Amino acid sequence: MKQFWSFIRKEFLHVFRDRKTLIILFGMPVVQILIFGFALTNEIKNSRIMVLDAAHDIQSSRLISKIQASRYFQVTQIVHNEAEIQEGFRGGNVNIAIVFPLNFGHDLESGERPQLQVLADASDPNLATALTNYVSNITADYQREIQKINTPIPTIVPEIKMMYNPQLKGAPNFVPGVMALVLLLVCVMMTAVSIVREKETGTMEILLVSPFKPILVILSKTIPYLFVSLINVGSILLLSVLVLDLPIHGSLLLLLLESTLFIITCLILGIFISVKTQTMQAAMLISLMGMLLPTMLFSGFMFPIENMPKPLQIISNIIPSKWFYIIVKSIMIKGLGWEAIWKETLYLLGIAVFFFALGMKNFKIRLA
Amino acid sequence: MASEIILDDIVKTYGKGKQLAVDHVSLQVQPGELFGLIGPDGAGKTSIFRILTTLLLADSGNASVAGLDVVKDYKAIRKIVGYMPGKFSLYPDLTVKENLQFFATVFNSDIQENYHLIRDIYVQLEPFKERRAGKLSGGMKQKLALCCALIHKPRVLFLDEPTTGVDPVSRKEFWQMLARLKEQGITILVSTPYMDEAGLCERIAFIQNGKILKTETPDQILKEFPDALYKIQSDNMYHLMELLKQIPEIKSSYAFGDSVHATIKEQGSQTVRQRLIDAGLPSLVFETTKPQIEDCFIQYLHE
Repeated sequence: MKQFWSFIRKEFLHVFRDRKTLIILFGMPVVQILIFGFALTNEIKNSRIMVLDAAHDIQSSRLISKIQASRYFQVTQIVHNEAEIQEGFRGGNVNIAIVFPLNFGHDLESGERPQLQVLADASDPNLATALTNYVSNITADYQREIQKINTPIPTIVPEIKMMYNPQLKGAPNFVPGVMALVLLLVCVMMTAVSIVREKETGTMEILLVSPFKPILVILSKTIPYLFVSLINVGSILLLSVLVLDLPIHGSLLLLLLESTLFIITCLILGIFISVKTQTMQAAMLISLMGMLLPTMLFSGFMFPIENMPKPLQIISNIIPSKWFYIIVKSIMIKGLGWEAIWKETLYLLGIAVFFFALGMKNFKIRLA
Repeated sequence: MASEIILDDIVKTYGKGKQLAVDHVSLQVQPGELFGLIGPDGAGKTSIFRILTTLLLADSGNASVAGLDVVKDYKAIRKIVGYMPGKFSLYPDLTVKENLQFFATVFNSDIQENYHLIRDIYVQLEPFKERRAGKLSGGMKQKLALCCALIHKPRVLFLDEPTTGVDPVSRKEFWQMLARLKEQGITILVSTPYMDEAGLCERIAFIQNGKILKTETPDQILKEFPDALYKIQSDNMYHLMELLKQIPEIKSSYAFGDSVHATIKEQGSQTVRQRLIDAGLPSLVFETTKPQIEDCFIQYLHE
């Protein structure tokens, strides 16, 4: 036991003496949360809209001011002919244009099926779709308003409620994602590299020729990173509550326990990589290619898994981050409890046990 | 008395048998002996060390350390040997003291318990004990590595090229330390590519291309040198060496420091001498000399 403690002490010394890496380890989650929170966002705000109003009547100007009033749009230009619209798109300073035909107001009032042309810059298809949807919603909304006044025909009004995230904020989506990403990076890559480093510097050679059990060499390596990762979980949660106004709806204890399970899973993956590789470069590459990339692609954090072809959906099941991402979202944002996430937890546990067994089986008690 | 280290017909190949590293090596080292494995780089020294320290498995043959089989009893061997690999293998980001402390606890020991073993070496490291091991000079690093290998009072000590890359003064000190350790009854197997260090061992084995050429005490090896050895010097070394190759009476000739060492067939020395004088080589020196270990090694290489 004394040996084990001295080993862990040594590992902490390694981690804390490497100042540069330490700054990166603790700084990374903070920077990522801040970047995702404030710089990178897929919310649409203040899109530049161009208006060609040939009608110039009460109806058209009321609709224009309604569009202007919404936080999605900012009317940047009132133009007078088609050519100016083309120019505006080519200049790249507008995202969308609306054309009111000559007798827009008249048609609307007399029930003649008034038309409205909406042009969008579809070089960014997602943005274009979102913007045209917004315009359609605003016009539909407007139509209902005037119908209420004119004719009492019953219309179906969908009452939309955005569950768990009523303001459609981006933060609820990326905080779990960043958590999965950061923990994965720290645990898998750092552990893998730190064990392989002992092989590269030759210290593994001395450690093998000692009464100390090799398996404990490896276990002790993971302790500092468990510690560092728990601190990171803390800092991410603090930031998201204090800076991003994203409260933790579910049980904090459950969230921390699940995070610990995920951290341990990642540490085990790190051990597995380090057992199979001989150089730090290889360990780093495999961690990045084999862990980070799939996490970005298959955790559901950046791309919805439901839209992927079946084979990719199946592959996504072996990515631990996917399960962790679901778990964090369920606890933190939906405020759900154990009964909602036990299945995901079991998956994570299964992956951990599987790779632990595989790593132990492959561990070499000799060189080469 | 049973031998402390036994290698019996050991063969080791790499790359699925393509590269032969150790070729049917048999060796015995007696308890308390300071035994040197002498040979150039790539001769197979490190492979032999790794087989004995249970780090590698031999393809065939048996080996034992302190009566324990290197395959079956590897755990027991790992408890009683000290190993210092050829490459500096301590933690560069830990201080001298931390390294020593760490290796002491790994072996369930502490610095105080066996301080007497390392005292002579450690007093030299003492002024630097708070310095990171990575920032030590080459000689200091090796001294620290030796301390770390000794701190648990091993029964058998394996030192793989401990003096490679170390300055001559430190090398000398290092060997003095080994002599003192031997007095403590520790069996020491040391390898070195430096022939001048061979004379400091009790017994040596020449090794080349994975084969043991000769195992003997250094004195005996020198005594057994069969021919008269001549030291020849000239200001025009290139010409001299070319010329020596053409003289049929020369058995062998090779550069040795700033001169040429040559063995000459019986009764041939006068002829050779005359040829050299006739050739008009500038400032010629031609004299007999005592063979050294390196001469003997080269001799065995040619056989």
